[in-house]
Amino acid sequence: MKNAIFRIWRGGPEGGQFVNYPAEISEGMVVLDAIHQIQANQATDLACRWNCKAGKCGSCSAEVNGTPKLMCMTRMSDIPLDKPITVEPIKAFPPVKDLVTDVSWNFRVKKQIKPFKPRAPDAPDGTWRMAQSDIDRVQEFRKCIECFLCQDVCHVLRDHQLHEKFIGPRFLVHVAALEMHPLDTEDRLEELRHAQGIGYCNITKCCTKVCPESITITDNAIIPLKERVVDRYYDPLAKLLRALKPGAT
Amino acid sequence: MPDYPTFEHDVLVIGAGGAGLRAAIEASAAGVSVGLVCKSLLGKAHTVMAEGGIAAALANVDERDNWRVHFADTMRGGQYINNWRMAELHAKEAPDRVRELEAWGAVFDRTQDGRILQRNFGGHRYPRLAHVGDRTGLEMIRTLQDHGVHKGIDVHMECTVLTLLRDGKRVVGAFAYERERGRFKMFKAKAVVLATGGVGRAFRITSNSWEYTGDGHSLAYHAGAELIDMEFVQFHPTGMVWPPSVRGILVTEGVRGEGGVLTNREGKRFMFDEIPENYRAQTADTPEEGWRYCQGDKNARRPPELLTRDHVARCIVREIKAGRGSPHGGVFLDISWLKEKLPQAAEHIKKKLPSMYHQFKQLADIDITQEAMEVGPTTHYIMGGVRVDSDTQMSSVPGLFAAGECAAGINGANRLGGNSLSDLLVFGKRAGEHAANFARENRAGAIHLSQAEETAAKALKPFDGSGTGAKRENPFAIQHDLQNLMQDNVGIVRREDEMLVAKEGIARLWMRVHEVSVGGNREYNPGWHTALDLPNLLTVSEAITLAALERKESRGAQFREDYPDKDPALGKVNIVLRKTPDGTMEVRREPIAPMPAELEQIIEEMKGG
Repeated sequence: MKNAIFRIWRGGPEGGQFVNYPAEISEGMVVLDAIHQIQANQATDLACRWNCKAGKCGSCSAEVNGTPKLMCMTRMSDIPLDKPITVEPIKAFPPVKDLVTDVSWNFRVKKQIKPFKPRAPDAPDGTWRMAQSDIDRVQEFRKCIECFLCQDVCHVLRDHQLHEKFIGPRFLVHVAALEMHPLDTEDRLEELRHAQGIGYCNITKCCTKVCPESITITDNAIIPLKERVVDRYYDPLAKLLRALKPGAT
Repeated sequence: MPDYPTFEHDVLVIGAGGAGLRAAIEASAAGVSVGLVCKSLLGKAHTVMAEGGIAAALANVDERDNWRVHFADTMRGGQYINNWRMAELHAKEAPDRVRELEAWGAVFDRTQDGRILQRNFGGHRYPRLAHVGDRTGLEMIRTLQDHGVHKGIDVHMECTVLTLLRDGKRVVGAFAYERERGRFKMFKAKAVVLATGGVGRAFRITSNSWEYTGDGHSLAYHAGAELIDMEFVQFHPTGMVWPPSVRGILVTEGVRGEGGVLTNREGKRFMFDEIPENYRAQTADTPEEGWRYCQGDKNARRPPELLTRDHVARCIVREIKAGRGSPHGGVFLDISWLKEKLPQAAEHIKKKLPSMYHQFKQLADIDITQEAMEVGPTTHYIMGGVRVDSDTQMSSVPGLFAAGECAAGINGANRLGGNSLSDLLVFGKRAGEHAANFARENRAGAIHLSQAEETAAKALKPFDGSGTGAKRENPFAIQHDLQNLMQDNVGIVRREDEMLVAKEGIARLWMRVHEVSVGGNREYNPGWHTALDLPNLLTVSEAITLAALERKESRGAQFREDYPDKDPALGKVNIVLRKTPDGTMEVRREPIAPMPAELEQIIEEMKGG
């Protein structure tokens, strides 16, 4: 059994400070185990979110030694124990208490995205036909567990706090999953361009780096959406053709 | 008089996993106002953990499948003490519920001709599980969530219901607390749907999250509803066993559906050693035949790894007890052997079982495409729950409905894998529909504030510091002790003497619960929350123990070492639990209603093979 010191941020909307807690480290432990140990023995009111403890629900997001992580999938064996291990809440959202932040903005944003609108069924029994090869890329986006780590590292949200102008990588992935769904007939490009602020993303790929589901957020979701917006609104040739076409807008 | 923030809805749904979301969507579609309360954030409920798939006789992969086969499979798996009407409705309606998910945006894996792909699973005669790799639950909950948020449902996140409010016998609302500030909330509703899931946190080794504390079971019981089949707790045969901190995390049955085999330390496929009589005709004789089945050969029969969960779990325990287990007290589950059969097996495994690959790689340093996993049984699911009307899902308490894991009936003595996700959809929809009907047909009842005040006072007791010195009980310590008590005495192999130890132990824990003391304030306080979970956990633990003592036989998930055989007389009854006016738990046997001739006939027809 090894020992470690955890330096955990304790506080709320008015501020807070780091508090040190010792923990015993056994084989195979993850950071969330240590937090639970501290909760059970030393600080029963230490707040953190968690559910599945298997990397599937995306609840236990936090910053471990400065890196955004799911605490349930961060092995203690990958962290040096000679220095205190810092655990603090994600930064792109307001603190509620200790490791818990107010992520309600994300739920409000999602509600504003136009929902799935399928084409008429392909078969008389009301079903559709889709080839696996046509849904592979959508299935990649649908792996998202909504841990919001990508939102946390996005400088547009984290540093510039442009939550009112930009929906962040999570919801660009969501829009991509809808736009690239073979059955969907809705058009979301106008919102992407303005209200959802896709132009703010300057493809630094920080979001892709932290995604625990290894979704290639920037390359597979955001860049193709940017291309669609550019094709429609900024391609001079297309603009000219549209202008010449009677009745076009 | 305290002035609690009050919310009024026609239908209040408690729980936002698959069943709760589906109920809320249906009630909302019926035109009534709907409130949805969930303990966590929306979309984080335990449904996300479901991996293998949704069982529905779509017949996309094997045209011989239909609702009659699915019905017979479900009844056989449940050892015929299921509510046959629920099993019938479930088998008939599951295909429509799955197709509906597709219309709402779900993206299932496809067959060659572009339809929804289905995979093999334990106890299902044909490939029947619609799936998305091994993350079907996530697909389902996200689809329902994204559809539901546009339906005008009021969602109350991180809100925990403490009691149901009653007007006479009828349920008229709920009293809850919200986690962020720790304030109480009052909900008035004409009908209430419970969809709170299971009870796994009563056991030490479990695949369930912290939320699974039997809230709905307990809320219903204390509001006067009956619980049935509580002795039947499903121990999933394959949970992770190593390293210690991940013990219990689920390893999907899909591994076996895709051809994974169970072996002991001698390398023997021990599942061939014991095949139950009622499955003999449909089980493969040789490993070769089993592999052909997994490859889609319609003339081959299922490998014994795909027998029902109760049986597989017991065979694993037998191997471990006989000293033939793996180094860390499990057995081996091997999918890497596919490399002997398939070119590019590693890629195939990663595509079919991506989250299993990820989970073992990240948490146990094991590459499942190259080496075997170590697995052992883990508490996974409870077949028992609130007794409901098969068609409407209403409990014996007017205005109180239940659906999903917290309701009982469809699964009998053992649930088949994949039947849970379909249960959530089929009966979630029905509960929502009938709760909306009830709300339209009945006026709002009267709220009696004293019930809320009494609950509030009790809930705040852990802060008053009345427990002193040795009597200041830590809520986490009590939960820990309960988990050990239940795991060791009411687990996978049961005996009367051990269960009596559990019964006494639970009584002692009730005393300790009264001395619980927590620090800090009411804001997002996990110690306080755990203190509030304890009465629910103790109520369901008591129910499980008393029902298991009463069923003096071995059937399905209940294995009694002291009564190792089935008792035909007990095969005709359910164990029913009810709270008596003096507060004690009444246990009684109740005969199962006779099955109509046409359903009997289906079962007879399917017995052949």
